[in-house]
Amino acid sequence: MNRLHVDWTACDGRGLCAELLPELLVEDDWGYPAPRGDMSVPPALEPAARQAVDRCPALALRLTAPASS
Amino acid sequence: MTDALWYFGRGSGVVSLVLLTVVVALGVGARSGRTAFGLPAFAVNLVHRNAALLAVVFLVGHVVSLFFDPYAQLRVFDLVLPFAGNYRPLWQGLGTLAFDLVLAIVATSLLRHRLGARTWRLVHWLAYLSWPTALLHGLGTGSDNGAVWLWSISALCTATVLAAVVWRLTPGFGRFPQRAPRQVNPRLLPTRTRPAEAGTLEEAR
Repeated sequence: MNRLHVDWTACDGRGLCAELLPELLVEDDWGYPAPRGDMSVPPALEPAARQAVDRCPALALRLTAPASS
Repeated sequence: MTDALWYFGRGSGVVSLVLLTVVVALGVGARSGRTAFGLPAFAVNLVHRNAALLAVVFLVGHVVSLFFDPYAQLRVFDLVLPFAGNYRPLWQGLGTLAFDLVLAIVATSLLRHRLGARTWRLVHWLAYLSWPTALLHGLGTGSDNGAVWLWSISALCTATVLAAVVWRLTPGFGRFPQRAPRQVNPRLLPTRTRPAEAGTLEEAR
């Protein structure tokens, strides 16, 4: 399962990802995304996750493939 | 047929300007915390992108139709090289310049995940040059120069973008959303509002 990764040095708290992916992310009090779970993306949420990654204005969100081990 | 190309070229240019105005206004107003009309941030973002792509469609239509138009008599290099035209080179060149800038902005936006945020943002700032250039091109060149409706549309577009800029510059347009009350230690507040001092003032009275 792919995982979401937030680059915290780039994240600007614009809040788009939490709007597009409320199943995995929730906004904290300052608009930054806080993970609901362990950030693994179930297959059903893959398209929504890709859109969230694509729409991030700061390019701070990534999908990472699981380690091959 | 030739008239159709001519009229399409003029009309698509105006439509493109209106769409670019929407794009620029949304881009200026898009910032964290507050969005226009109560839309969620991703909706503003998607309208910004989709209106921009639609504007490019009309812009390409504008350029291609006038390229094949027998009156305009554009040469191939007139499509990308500004200020070299035969007819009103300055005003036509402004349009060519705006076209080049829009192409650069759109291409870098589509590739921004490969280019990185810094390069993408630098090129994206060219929009502030591209939009006024396109506006001037529309006012200065073409056979609708001086027509009341074209000036009205241009004035409306200018007012829209200026309103977005003013809105963004208002002090309440925070960089961060104010969702949570800030817990600030009273000792760190500015001196005149510090409760301790207020107390001493009370005592002094």
